[in-house]
Amino acid sequence: MTRVVIVDDHAMFRAGVRAELQNAASPGALDIVADAEDVATAVAAIREHRPDVVLLDVHLPGGGGVEVMRQLGAATETRFLALSVSDAAEDVIGTIRGGARGYVTKTITGPELVAAIQRVAEGDAVFSPRLAGFVLDAFAGSIEVAAVDEDLDRLTEREREVMRLIARGYAYKEVAKELFISVKTVETHMSSVLRKLQLSSRHELTRWASDRRLL
Amino acid sequence: MTNSAPSEVRRATRDSTDSYLGGVASGLARHLALPVIWVRVAFILAAALGGMGIAMYAGLWMVLPTDDRFTDEAPGLASATRTGKRPGRVRRMADVGPTIAMGALAFGIVIMFESVFGRGALFWPIVLGIVGVALIWRQADEAQRERWLNTSERVDPVRAMFGSGTWASYARIFAGGALILSGLGLFALTSGGIGLAREIVVAGLLGVIGLALTLGPWIFRLASDLGEERAERVRSQERADVAAHLHDSVLQTLALIQNNAHDSATVARLARAQERDLRTWLFSEQKEEGASVAASLRALTAEIEDTYAVAVETVVVGDVAVTEDVAPIVHATREAMTNAAKHAGTDRIDVYAEVSPSSVEIYVKDRGIGFDPATMAGDRQGVRGSIVARMERHGGTAEIRSTPGAGTEVVLSMPLQEEKS
Repeated sequence: MTRVVIVDDHAMFRAGVRAELQNAASPGALDIVADAEDVATAVAAIREHRPDVVLLDVHLPGGGGVEVMRQLGAATETRFLALSVSDAAEDVIGTIRGGARGYVTKTITGPELVAAIQRVAEGDAVFSPRLAGFVLDAFAGSIEVAAVDEDLDRLTEREREVMRLIARGYAYKEVAKELFISVKTVETHMSSVLRKLQLSSRHELTRWASDRRLL
Repeated sequence: MTNSAPSEVRRATRDSTDSYLGGVASGLARHLALPVIWVRVAFILAAALGGMGIAMYAGLWMVLPTDDRFTDEAPGLASATRTGKRPGRVRRMADVGPTIAMGALAFGIVIMFESVFGRGALFWPIVLGIVGVALIWRQADEAQRERWLNTSERVDPVRAMFGSGTWASYARIFAGGALILSGLGLFALTSGGIGLAREIVVAGLLGVIGLALTLGPWIFRLASDLGEERAERVRSQERADVAAHLHDSVLQTLALIQNNAHDSATVARLARAQERDLRTWLFSEQKEEGASVAASLRALTAEIEDTYAVAVETVVVGDVAVTEDVAPIVHATREAMTNAAKHAGTDRIDVYAEVSPSSVEIYVKDRGIGFDPATMAGDRQGVRGSIVARMERHGGTAEIRSTPGAGTEVVLSMPLQEEKS
């Protein structure tokens, strides 16, 4: 059973998500242990319940979703899935760089959200088409091979292909079929992109981020 | 690089993102389109030649405005920033390293200078004074930056000086003051002995206190008037914006929904259109001018969603203006989206556009009923005429991949002529 905490500053939205998840998940698959409305209550609830997955709003009183992850530190076993109505790239990338393992918009359907939560609980990354678009934007442009000191700074051709297919609206299975690789391999590529997004200090990415006051 | 609009005066600013001291050198380098290291070296050389560089740097620091401004954000983001729902700006600790290195270098130069030319009575007091003034000015910059970020709050004279009052801001002010005073003291000490030194330091302190007492209330009142006026202006503008927008869009939609409450398809369509509209207003950053590919696709998305009651997820990477070369692919995209909405029998379409310097590629995908392209009926004029033929006529390609039962994907590609720059 996957234990979930919902963090969002709108009570109505929390109730909606709770109902939606209970409807869409198969019985006993998800256990919503708590919800929280701001950074302080979220940190307290997560420390108390130690959930597997936290559905984390990007905009949150007290410094945003990033602040929750920062206060909990790297030690926590909990995984975060960002859920937001904001489509601002800077906020989304900022939350991913802060440690979230995926990003979905609030218009996502119940079954899709359940699937995303389970994917995150298993340690995989969740990329919505929109996030894939942001990633391709962030790593866009050519970079001189001589200037690359780490593999972190660019996507491999394969990773780029996977990202483009996700942006085109392909599901993981369809991506695997299209590229003649296994779903497991697709997941590996996604995790690797996530790692690059979080750790890359690529000049372009950094400048892109600092233009938007992320760093 | 092209220089556009000659009527627009290019103004130099200090660069607040790439600065060791005041951002003068990097701002100047940007203005003159020179490598920043040249400008820095020029300043250091000029400083070594009798202190001219220091005077120039200080002068420019005083007169050049900083490039930190009220950032023009979408209302939703601005509001989230104001209410603390977004992470604030984090100070980069990495910046400290180069500054320490620069400081050590400057100290070395000073020592070398002194050992070559010997020390005059004025030398060390001036060095101390300069460092002190630089520290205080730096704090003024920091405080100003925080004022820009806190647009809704009143200007508080204490805040105006110390910003949000971190230990660094107090440390800067007091260290700066102490350095200037000890510069004064040292000057007196070397020229007139300990007694004179004490008198001058005390006189300096008394002077500062006297000025603060006489000018203080005046500055205080000025600042609070200014603050109130600004807060009021910001508030009323915001209220007007929000009221206007709510009236134009949300109220109208709610009225329409009431009238159509029995028709769930219409209600869903209205709600979706309103959500998209509100989301764009609140969070969209790019307000592009003229017709770009991204803007056209956004408009197309809205049109298709409204006309056919389907959800369209549109992702655009990169952007380019819609020129004669690009227009056909936009038209073909419209046709492909219309086909998917009309014939696929699905409620969701994914559109992905990627603009690279050499081409525009657009993918339109649905998970509808699909068809067999080999047996495509001759009457499906839309696909043949409007998509494939149109793309080929203009030098592009169109590929239609469809499997009965699994959906259709239209892949459009149009090469771009590399711009000669």
